[in-house]
Amino acid sequence: MSSAAITRPSIEPEWALPSRGRVGMFSLIAAEAAIFTIFVVAYIFYIGKSLSGPLPKDVLELPIFGTVCLLSSSLTIHLAVRALRNAKVGAFGLWWFVTIALGAIFLVVTGREWQRLIFEKGLTVSTNLFGTTYYSLVGLHAFHVTAGLIFLAIGMILTLLGKVKPEHSERADIFSLYWHFVDVVWVVVLTVVYVIGR
Amino acid sequence: MASETIALSVVNHGTRPIGDRLHDWVVTVDHKKLGILYILYALMFLVIGGIEATIMRIQLIVPHNHFVSPQVFNRMFTMHGTTMIFFVVMPVLFGFANYLVPLMIGARDMAFPRLNAFSFWLMALGGFLLYFSFLGGSGLYGAGNAPDVGWWAYAPLTSRAFSPGHSSDYWTLALLVSGFGSIGTAINIIATILCMRCPGMTLGKMPLLAWLNLVMAGMVILAMSPLTAAQIMLSIDRYLGGHFFDTQAGGSATIWMHFFWIFGHPEVYVLVIPAFAFASEIIPVFSRKPIFGYPVMVAATVCIGFVSMSVWAHHMFTIGMNSYANSFFAITTMAVGVPTGIKIFNWIGTMWGGKIDFKTPMLFCIGFLFQFLIAGLTGIMLGTAPFDWQLSGSYFVVAHFHYMIVGGILFALFAAFYYWYPKITGRMLNESLGKLHFWLLLIGFHLTFDVMHIPGLLGMPRRIYTYEPGRGWEVWNLITTIGTFIQGIAILLFVANLIFSYWKGPKAGNDPWDAWTLEWSVSSPPPPYNFASIPTVASRRPLWDIKHPEDPDWKYE
Repeated sequence: MSSAAITRPSIEPEWALPSRGRVGMFSLIAAEAAIFTIFVVAYIFYIGKSLSGPLPKDVLELPIFGTVCLLSSSLTIHLAVRALRNAKVGAFGLWWFVTIALGAIFLVVTGREWQRLIFEKGLTVSTNLFGTTYYSLVGLHAFHVTAGLIFLAIGMILTLLGKVKPEHSERADIFSLYWHFVDVVWVVVLTVVYVIGR
Repeated sequence: MASETIALSVVNHGTRPIGDRLHDWVVTVDHKKLGILYILYALMFLVIGGIEATIMRIQLIVPHNHFVSPQVFNRMFTMHGTTMIFFVVMPVLFGFANYLVPLMIGARDMAFPRLNAFSFWLMALGGFLLYFSFLGGSGLYGAGNAPDVGWWAYAPLTSRAFSPGHSSDYWTLALLVSGFGSIGTAINIIATILCMRCPGMTLGKMPLLAWLNLVMAGMVILAMSPLTAAQIMLSIDRYLGGHFFDTQAGGSATIWMHFFWIFGHPEVYVLVIPAFAFASEIIPVFSRKPIFGYPVMVAATVCIGFVSMSVWAHHMFTIGMNSYANSFFAITTMAVGVPTGIKIFNWIGTMWGGKIDFKTPMLFCIGFLFQFLIAGLTGIMLGTAPFDWQLSGSYFVVAHFHYMIVGGILFALFAAFYYWYPKITGRMLNESLGKLHFWLLLIGFHLTFDVMHIPGLLGMPRRIYTYEPGRGWEVWNLITTIGTFIQGIAILLFVANLIFSYWKGPKAGNDPWDAWTLEWSVSSPPPPYNFASIPTVASRRPLWDIKHPEDPDWKYE
């Protein structure tokens, strides 16, 4: 009997499981992706079904500047995380701040576009199906950018207070997954709304 | 083993004032307390939803009855459906998942305890919002005060023109808020199972309950999100004047159906997979055999998870899709029966040649098995598009899905209550009351739902508040209502048993059923930290290995 206990297979010394933050964030991204999928499907389904104007080809302009800003913020947040992993807190703060600035510029660009559409072109969420689907999809994305900026700002405040240490690089890394996801969604939204839908 | 020998110093809560103890429950982040909160919350709504069902059945007991008005009848079936799906079955399953998963995988808590508490309170807020509509839903219009659009809330019924006042807004908000709660809990369950397992518990050695809840949580993430998106769109339509589902402006009512059923059909599997999980834990213990075909069970569950994502439009055969779409969804619906059948054979294979102990949990599991099978068979019937054209929207459909939810899921849930109540409270439930509960519920269930198929076949549509005499529906409706009352008595017996046994039941000890999974290695109820030292496991039945060192499982796995 006791020999059975002795021959019991030993557990491998390194019992490594995936990081819960990473798994949690990927699950959240999966859920968000499903939500965006439904909005994108609705947008595509309703392309060309509006009964009255204004139509996308009349009013939409490709937001190249905002897109460049948002997509390059993915690079800057990556540089920020890498700096923190290498214990360069100063460089981290700098890149983190650039990320916030780029995200904020994107939001401002979107805001100006909406202002132009609402006050010059007379397109609101209740004007026609294009208005409904456009403001919903772009708005949902802008909401996610805003949420990301709030978290980035909290990180910035903590950095300025000197609370961010190299051991927090894992957390910054996990948050950056969300930011990359928001960027990828923008690529989809841009393609669907400004390329296919126009 | 180690945790059995360590004396546990549980803080004596009895001496503290009641306000402090209640405060503990409100601010708790302990997965066990949150699990109990989920379960109690669901039981409260079970009674409310049951009362709504009874009101409908009293109204339908004879033709031309005037027990409630047509308007109230509409509110009753809407609230009954919404309550039972979102605020009874979902929370009770999350409750059990919360309570059991960390204990079964040898963890001290969920991966994100605060997210866990947040998710519960979101879901609780959702339920209270839904029921607040009885008080605050009428708005300025003197319109209906509770949602009355059916639990699918098909467009354009939910548009401002047909649903004035705020009742549909309460419905939307309640599902939106509780949907966020569900997604939070699902993320938590996935992270817990993947990242918190004790040493030695590889994915292949996890209890089936953990595996099945992992699949369930993945499905919640993929299925709940479309509903959330659809609710956001509906809110945009109702509050901001959007046109998503507004046919007058070129919108489509059909796309709401698609969005709803992309959620709605996987939701059925979200509800039934945890029921499978209970059966997969309980049947082996009371058959005194390990589960038959563990890897196949896991594969079948994952397969159900995938296939069930592509069957949704079988709810929509009557809207006039083309023959390719009809064929596709009929074939996928048939296909999902295959892995489900595999599971049924595996449970029978587990019982086959076992030393079956007919305790109450096992009785409920056997009831689950056969009733679930019949519900699956009528599901295959309805999955055949031409048959569905005849019977969609009839009482046959109502009978089918209640067979699934009551006969399948609820029976498995009661098995879970009888099986894990000793772990949660430290006391056994009364066995004779339990057996009486089982037989009464069985009789009431079959009186109600076997018979309900017949008026459906005779052409009785669902959601009608009364009917003409002389169509041959009277006697079946009478029997159905009588069965409802027998089920009601059975549920009251169960609630009485829960309360009575909490104080008077015999002490359970750590392991009253001679079971094999880790939750039975700790005291009943478990200490706040679950495990004094984190256990190490070498097989799927760690307690068997401890109890039978001469013939441990890890030799064969």
